[in-house]
Amino acid sequence: MNDNLKIGDKTFTSRLFTGTGKFSSSTVMKDALLASESELVTVALKRVDVANENDDILSHLNHSRIHLLPNTSGVRNAKEAVFAAQLSREALETNWVKLEIHPDPKYLLPDPIETLKAAEELVKQGFVVMPYIHADPVLCKRLEDVGVQCVMPLGAPIGSNKGLKTVDFLEIIIAQSNVPVIVDAGIGAPSHAAYAMELGADAVLVNTAIAVSQNPIAMANAFRLAVEAGRMAYNAKLAPVRQTAEASSPLTSFLNE
Amino acid sequence: MSNFTSLFNSYNWDVIVSDIYSKTSADVEAALQSNKRNLEDFKALISPAAKPYLEQMAQLSSVLTKKRFGNTMQMYAPMYLSNECQNICTYCGFSLTNKIPRRTLTDSEILKEAAFLKSKGYNHILLVTGEANKTVGVDYINNAIKILKKEFANITIEVQPLDQDEYELLVENGLYAVLVYQETYHRDEYKKHHPKGKKSNFDYRLETPDRLGKAGVHKIGVGALFGLEDWRADSFFTALHLQYLQKTYWQTKYSISFPRLRPHTGGLEPKVVMEDADLVQLICAYRLLDEDVELSMSTRESEKFRNNIINLGITSISAESKTNPGGYVVEPQSLEQFEISDERSTELIAEMLQEKGFEVVWKDWESAW
Repeated sequence: MNDNLKIGDKTFTSRLFTGTGKFSSSTVMKDALLASESELVTVALKRVDVANENDDILSHLNHSRIHLLPNTSGVRNAKEAVFAAQLSREALETNWVKLEIHPDPKYLLPDPIETLKAAEELVKQGFVVMPYIHADPVLCKRLEDVGVQCVMPLGAPIGSNKGLKTVDFLEIIIAQSNVPVIVDAGIGAPSHAAYAMELGADAVLVNTAIAVSQNPIAMANAFRLAVEAGRMAYNAKLAPVRQTAEASSPLTSFLNE
Repeated sequence: MSNFTSLFNSYNWDVIVSDIYSKTSADVEAALQSNKRNLEDFKALISPAAKPYLEQMAQLSSVLTKKRFGNTMQMYAPMYLSNECQNICTYCGFSLTNKIPRRTLTDSEILKEAAFLKSKGYNHILLVTGEANKTVGVDYINNAIKILKKEFANITIEVQPLDQDEYELLVENGLYAVLVYQETYHRDEYKKHHPKGKKSNFDYRLETPDRLGKAGVHKIGVGALFGLEDWRADSFFTALHLQYLQKTYWQTKYSISFPRLRPHTGGLEPKVVMEDADLVQLICAYRLLDEDVELSMSTRESEKFRNNIINLGITSISAESKTNPGGYVVEPQSLEQFEISDERSTELIAEMLQEKGFEVVWKDWESAW
């Protein structure tokens, strides 16, 4: 069975998306990303020196399997985000953008109002928009309405490694979304990633948990396997968890007597 | 509108000192075990009672820093634009009464210094001046930012405190961050060390981060100059200031620096000596209080100290710094504001960081924003 993930004009075999921050060196980053078999890798525009042809990060991401997903990390409102996306389209020659607007530099929580505004404008300008947002089901539908190609709700505060703290809302989002749902932020262990996939998330994005691990390459591999396992379990349909007790002496059997 | 002064005035220095010095090992242990630390915990962590727990604090600080900042270290370099100054500060080489040649860089000199720092790899720069409002006022600083914006991704200033509208102008033209240290939060000691000039106004300086927050600057750096007063009490007030600012100006990022008094021309002996172990304790205590605040380390500190401190919570460092205007290429022989201690080249520092498992971050901002 073909179980590829389609977003915009691209088809992905791997459902593990990755980030490029916090690694101890660009070489370790590259090796870990290759081990993850990730095909979509996000990179902060602010970390890249686009004027420099030999930029260290970009040159290490130059691989046929890796598609770059520039992100707008650092911008504080819709206007700055649109500007950043335009800059990245020009510099990195991709119309894909991970829309991140966090006016709060401490917890890096996304601004839903500015994100919706920017998403609408960027879709009009022909971008493939992947918005990083709270696990807010209504916001997801509003974003879908303006034409984003997927939604990226958070599982827990970014970098916290706390897992799927927003699981009740993620389940609603997954149930009613018409675009792929990618769980972003908070995934700290392969078991969290597998859980997200079992719930029916279309993909997950992992960065800190791989980059800050003692062995990023082995951890990337572990996440790859977890995402595959979770997806396989989702497709195979998990056996239902029994919600009700099965009484040994039925109370209503007299009706059939 | 509210500002920090009213909150600050509700605290008494001597009470804070006695609070800190009466903390016990039980207080320290409770602080270490807490997963949401407050200013009372911070007092315990900077107290003498925490000294036996230093290794434990360092381990925890290292883990928390890695979680938030990863295996990275931001590099920056200071560029001194002028040593003209109308203030008397007892501890500073640029103090008005010091008979030293004064110099303010011209546009072409600024660009020469910039070219040197660019060639070293720097993309984040810290512009420093004294306080001479007639010659090095907001127009001069604004002009410097404008010409350097094309060269650097990220511009920070450490200059005289300005008014809100002046900061707004600078932000509009590309200013990213402002560092403004209170020097000491002890009102009377502050007066002693700043007897003349605009800087003698304690409250105007104390309210500077408020004006910065209102002006919408991206980052504010706070701190105290260690050596003037009890470092523990000054650090408590710095932490109080930080938490007030974070709650009030929530869209702004914050950093803390830890300048210890260094030898300089017309030098002042520190009233209170801060030992290396004290500084380690303080850095770890800040990290345990706040997982996200940036902690910055300059070349004031020694090679050995810096080699080891980078694993304990620091997130940005400078290298090869010159603290005199034109010190890199224009006029290397002029008098420095203070002597730096770690004189290794940028290349050596970058190498050392890589060997210790850090990715050296040269650029983490986009000047176009």
